[in-house]
This record gives sequence, structure tokens and C-alpha cells, in this order.
Amino acid sequence: MSRTLFDKIWDAHTVRSLEGLDVVYIDRHLIHEVTSPQAFDELAARNLPLFRPSQILATADHNVPTLHQDQPIREPLSRLQVEKLTENCQKYGIELYGLGHERQGIVHVIGPELGLTQPGLTMVCGDSHTSTHGAFGAVAFGIGTSQVAQVMASQCLLLSRPKRMRISVEGELRPGVTAKDLILYIIAQLGTGGATGHFVEYAGSAVRSLSMEGRMTICNMSIEMGARGGLIAPDATTFAYVEGRPFAPKGEAWNDAVSYWQTLYSDDDATFETEYTYQAADITPMITYGTNPGMGIPLTGHVPSEVPASEAESFDKSLKYMGFERGESLLGKQIDYVFIGSCTNSRIEDLRAVAAYVAGKQKADHVAAFIVPGSKQVEQQAIAEGIDKIFAAAGFELREPGCSACLAMNEDKIPAGAYCVATSNRNFEGRQGPGSRTLLASPLVAAITAVQGRIVDITQYLN
Amino acid sequence: MEKFQTLHTTGRPLPLENIDTDQIIPARFLKATTREGFGENLFCDWRYNADGSPKADFVLNDPRYAGQVLVAGKNFGCGSSREHAAWALYDAGFRTVISSYFADIFRGNALNTGLLHLQVSDEVLARLLAAIEENPQLELVVDLPSQTLAVPAWGETFSFAIDGYKKECLINGYDDIDFLVNQKSAIEAYEKQRAWTW
Repeated sequence: MSRTLFDKIWDAHTVRSLEGLDVVYIDRHLIHEVTSPQAFDELAARNLPLFRPSQILATADHNVPTLHQDQPIREPLSRLQVEKLTENCQKYGIELYGLGHERQGIVHVIGPELGLTQPGLTMVCGDSHTSTHGAFGAVAFGIGTSQVAQVMASQCLLLSRPKRMRISVEGELRPGVTAKDLILYIIAQLGTGGATGHFVEYAGSAVRSLSMEGRMTICNMSIEMGARGGLIAPDATTFAYVEGRPFAPKGEAWNDAVSYWQTLYSDDDATFETEYTYQAADITPMITYGTNPGMGIPLTGHVPSEVPASEAESFDKSLKYMGFERGESLLGKQIDYVFIGSCTNSRIEDLRAVAAYVAGKQKADHVAAFIVPGSKQVEQQAIAEGIDKIFAAAGFELREPGCSACLAMNEDKIPAGAYCVATSNRNFEGRQGPGSRTLLASPLVAAITAVQGRIVDITQYLN
Repeated sequence: MEKFQTLHTTGRPLPLENIDTDQIIPARFLKATTREGFGENLFCDWRYNADGSPKADFVLNDPRYAGQVLVAGKNFGCGSSREHAAWALYDAGFRTVISSYFADIFRGNALNTGLLHLQVSDEVLARLLAAIEENPQLELVVDLPSQTLAVPAWGETFSFAIDGYKKECLINGYDDIDFLVNQKSAIEAYEKQRAWTW
């Protein structure tokens, strides 16, 4: 019977099926300091052992400082959470890449770069951006803390099978248009709840032509349209990325793995409950103007003037928060901060794109621009390539790895009322600090904005 | 988890769409290592001014409204997977959220917290929001065993959907851990027969 890529992986991980629910086996479980402590407590309270500690990997990322990581964390509650993670990992025998470890970083950056993320796997983490790992053709999704405890106790989850959606983007992306623009465009079309209940497969020639970093950016933001997760069929690009990484299969096992991975695609006549097709040529550099990621427009576009009556109250509240008006263009708006980082866009390719643009240029005087690499390895790579010096010369501050100003759990906050062009994934009210105003965009748009100091049509400024 | 059977209560209206979990509980409050105490920061940035004083026009600060049901605009609970959002609602005394659409992860988190998400049509939601704003004492009866929401003043009863297993769990206060741990032999058998081991 014809099956989708998603169903092939889900079926291969179904331990047993009950009425409407499947017991789904989880291959890899990533944990971090914020959503795990209560799960460990749950196990302890029930006197349950941790079922498969070797299938869990821990890192500290959400609330760690991005300056002076060699020193103790100053903020007491953050320090306590990180210490608690260390204690729990020691107690239960879990591998921890904590602060100071050469492999520390944002959980969705280190999984792929270590080769832990592989095609055909099921992966979970107490973080909605776990969908990132779907870029490798894995079924990966975010879970709540109760589910974190369930996976710790049984390596399984009890789940209903989501519906399938395929989103195809055909053709070649225009100059200056990146994976980030592509996904912001899709989310703007579908809306913030447009894929709820679905697992999304991204397909089409524009998606296939993307690097693994670009594919990760796309899958990362699947949750921003409500999808349970997103994935892309593995291909030669995927295999080349995984090969040779620390946790990748080696020797004979590598050949076996690739043979299996080559069977992971949606059959020609597989059916999807929902399908959308877009043309790459219709996509231009994007930016968001509102307080959810579905509120995106082309940089050269206008804030909508008309919305359905039922949405008017939420829409106007959002515009009021952002200080924008219906129907206006964002071009020329002055920007105060530029944040380049997060699990969406903090990989070496993102840093290279920024460096390639800002080399020999200067950020605008009134803009504070900071770059937070996704991992220690990305940071080291940037230094090895001399990118750090380009950033320094252009007035961009290169920090140490963590989630940082994406969710502002640490000291990296945008002040109330200030505008920040961010390469992260959420522009919710207060996301980057109480009162902060976030405009989501690609690393290239962020870099050009930092140099110009205002929103511009970046296609006029490309190198 | 506490058992959930029937609620006789009133509702508190929050007629905004796409309420994300960052609004329900902002990230800066996720540093606690226990499940308790999140209620005081529920909707913090909508509920309090920067100096900590309550914003008079926010529903949770409006003395006319009480009750254990939050009635909110569609696509409630989108965004971050933080279960703390469900904990905060529960800790603040809510036992049910009514909306016309819920984000997937929030649904699961709510059920694992003992909080019922009750989905109604856009039309019923709009009627409820208007009626509660007009009469904050409007009685609502949420009955899980019969899967119904009754509005006695209207003489109307609406049925809602919930997975049969999850319904039993909520009624009895069970959660998935007990069930999954009892599957151990099936899980171990599955691990042994896997074709690939990398």
C-alpha cells in the first residue's frame, strides 16, 4: 500500500495500536534545563527508573548567559535550573553537554551537528522547535513536561496519528530570498493555526535545492503554523551532511543505514489530507509586522488594511503593540536592535551569510547588533574562518551559544518599545522581553537592516 | 492528577484570537523547578502593569467575573510547548478552557494537567463570549461523562468531542505514565525486533 514518508516512519515505530491511539517508540530524547526538572521529579515521586538513559542527551541552552560562560551563572534561578539538570544527569547516567563543554549549544543545533539526528528516527524534546530535526527525514516534535516524564519512564508516547499535509515549493528562489523567507511566506499564507493537527512534508524543487541548514530553518518553523512537525525526505544532501559526524553510523553500518534511508520517501500515489503548492518566483524577502509569525509581508509590501470582522480586535491590538497602522509600509522604519541567533538561524551557514554581507561595512550607529552562535562548534568554526573578526570590525558583537534573546530567559532582553529585527522564530508580545517589538526576518535581511539602521528593500542593497 | 467529573460554574471571557503560551505564562517565569505557583503569573503582562499593579481592564482583575472556565478566542495555546501554560491556568483555578480551536501541544498538556479543553463552533463561541459579557453570572455546566456543555439560561446543551481513553483518564485522574510503564514487555519485544540499530 502506498504510504507517505511520515507514515513509513510512524509505522516503523508503532509498538502497538489501541483504539485511535498508538504506542510510539522514541529513538532519541533531547532534554534541557527548563522543561526537564519536573519530569525528573515525577519519576522520583513514583519511584520509577529511567528506562533508557543512553537514548537521552542533555544540554543547557534556554536560560544560560551568552557572556562569560566560564564564570558561574549570576542569575540565581537560572543557576539553580542548570545545577538541577547536572544533578539529574549524574543521578540517572545521562550524557550532558553543559556549559563549558565543547559540544554545548542549542539543543536543535547540536543534535544535527553531532550526527545524532538521522533519517528515519523518532525524536522528541520538551521544546516546540524539535520539528527542526525533521529536515533529515526524521519524525521529530515538541512535547510537554508530562510527556518528557513518559518518555523517560518508557521510551514511548501514547499518541493519535496526525493528518498529513504536503507543501511543495517549485522553481528557483530569487536573489536575496532564503529558506527563512520561504517559510515566513508559507506561514503568512496558512496563518498561525493553518497546519494544526497535521504533520507537514515539505517538497518540490525549491526545497530540494536547499542546504541542510536551510531545510532545518524551514522545518524549525513548522510549529508556527500549528503543525505537529515538519519533515523533508532524505537525499544525497542529507547523507553528505550526516556522514562522518560523531554519532553517525560508521563502516558497514553506514552502508546499511544509507540503504534504509533511501527507502524513506512518500510513494508516488501516497495521499495527503491537505496539499498546497507555491511557486518560488512569487516569494520575495519577508518580514513580520505583527505579534504572531503568520503576520508576515514582503519587505516591500504593506500591513493589511482589511481583516475579517472576527479578527479585528486581535489584529488592532497587535498593531497597537507594534506601533504600526493598517495599510502602511514598513520601509524606512528605524530599528534599534538586530539579533542574529536562535534554533532557526544560528548555524555556520547563517553566520557566513551575515559575514559575507557585512565584511568591510559598519552597522548603523544607533543599532545594537549581536550574534549568538547556535553552539560551541559553530562559535569555534566562525573563529577558525575569521568570521569573528569581520563581525568585530563591522560593530557586531559575537556572543557565546544559547537561546538568548529568542525568548529572553537570560539577560539578553530587548527593552520595552524598542524594535528588533530578529532571525528567531517568534514575534509574540513580550517574547524578547516585556514590551519588546520583534520583526522576524532572514539573517541576510537582519544584516542589511543593521547596516542601514532602518527597514529597506534589501534587493537594492545586495552585494 | 485530580479527577474531573462535572463543573457548575461561570465563565471569564478573553475574546482574543491566537493566544500563545508566551502570553499565558511568559518565559521569564519558567525558571521554577516545581509545578506549583505559576498561577500568580498567569497572563502576567496583560494582567499587571510594569510596577506590578493590576490592570483594571483585564478580565482576571475584573471583579464581575469569577468561575473556573476561561472562554477564549480561537487557536488558543499556540506557540511554545511549555506545559507551564496549562499548570498556570490550573493553578489559577481554571478547570476548563472553551475555545473554537486549540493548538495541538496545548491540548495534550492540558489533558496531562487535568484541565479540560472544550471545543465549540465559532458561532457558539461568539454567543458565549457575548452572553458572558452581558451577564457575568451566566451559569455553565460542563459534564465530562456525557461530553456536554449546558447553558441552562438558554435551555441549550452542546456536545463536545474528546478521545475515549483520554476521557476515562481525566474522569479517573489517571495519566499516561501508568499505562506506558505497563507496556514494558511489548516495548522490550519491539526493541529486540528492530531491523536497524544505529
